[in-house]
Amino acid sequence: MSANLSASDEILIGRIAQGDRLAMQVLFARHQVRVYRFVLRLVGNTAVAEDLISEVFLDVWRQADRFEGRSAVSTWLLAIARFKALSSMRRKPDEELDDDAVGAIEDASDDPEVSVQKKDKGAALKKCLLALSAEHREVIDLVYYHEKSVEEVADIIGIPEATVKTRMFYARKRLSELLKTAGIDRGWP
Amino acid sequence: MNDTNQRLSEDDVEALLPWYAAGTLDTQEADQVKAALATDAELSRRLDLVREEMNEAIVLNESLGVPSARVMEKLFAAIDRERRAVRDPAQGGFGSWLADLLTPRAFAFGAGAAMLLIALEAGVIAKLATQDRATFQPTSVPGTRGFEIGAFALVRFSPQATMADVTRFLDSRDAAIVDGPRPGGPGSLYRVRIARNYVRREELERLVKDFQSGSNNVIAVAMPTE
Repeated sequence: MSANLSASDEILIGRIAQGDRLAMQVLFARHQVRVYRFVLRLVGNTAVAEDLISEVFLDVWRQADRFEGRSAVSTWLLAIARFKALSSMRRKPDEELDDDAVGAIEDASDDPEVSVQKKDKGAALKKCLLALSAEHREVIDLVYYHEKSVEEVADIIGIPEATVKTRMFYARKRLSELLKTAGIDRGWP
Repeated sequence: MNDTNQRLSEDDVEALLPWYAAGTLDTQEADQVKAALATDAELSRRLDLVREEMNEAIVLNESLGVPSARVMEKLFAAIDRERRAVRDPAQGGFGSWLADLLTPRAFAFGAGAAMLLIALEAGVIAKLATQDRATFQPTSVPGTRGFEIGAFALVRFSPQATMADVTRFLDSRDAAIVDGPRPGGPGSLYRVRIARNYVRREELERLVKDFQSGSNNVIAVAMPTE
């Protein structure tokens, strides 16, 4: 399914390069939500995230004939989105993400301690995911939610594949530490 | 990621668990992780931890909502603005060239290229103005073909025409040199924009003829070009 979807995206990009507005609508409908959520997790502001994804897809419209198909279209979109998000935060893409953005996403769940008292491990885990640094949050999202391979994450973030694995490991390690602080010892690492 | 014959270490296998859980490993690596899981109960327990994390990460992201309709409206309003600027290309030939010219990418560069042309024209005209009495000499203008919109002619200026003559004539016609000089035997050929809008081939031929005949011998040769 993934391969078929990817091929279909590439066909859409080819049509967009020829000025096909309908193809643009299809691509937008297909990817807007995930790109939005990725950007929102980076910038932490819904209005800013919406403006940015509009810019992302406008770039796609303008640069479709530059797409070389060396990565999945969704990976290309996330890479553009990341660059725009970081630019909007007045940061260079190779710099660390802004941890302040994490607080901007509202979370209705209780504090981890309270969640544990409720024996709601899931809620505590969610709270700890929100408490991760932006850098760790990003890699977790790309791997778990956006289903990106090691190579694709490396492409999107612009770091070596080995660093992707290391970053993911430390993100998970930090997650376990936060859970332990909240009273949940997972016995790892 | 790894050579096909390379065996993963225990640490490597553990590091790959998130991708194994997400189903994004290649077959070779996935098989190795699967084999390790079959013989290592602790590794299997850690895979369960990964799956818990993944589940909550998905729930968290899904809770972020969706963008409003404003995004699509804004995006396609911007796209339509760009499309409206595109003239309806004629059938085949010159029209096809223009259609190619106006693909999104080319159009995106249009504004930048236009700025470049303005700067180039300013440079050429400034040079002409400072050499008012000199006859027109070839001045290199980097080619920007593929980004301009308009009607164009290949032009050879008369050897007797002065810089001032050329400048005055081009100004009077709202024309501009956009490329050249090109090799063309004695004298040099320049690509000159003679109208700001695209015109059909027949109209272009008429414009070029009029352009040359009204030049008072500033132009020696002019011919339609794309």
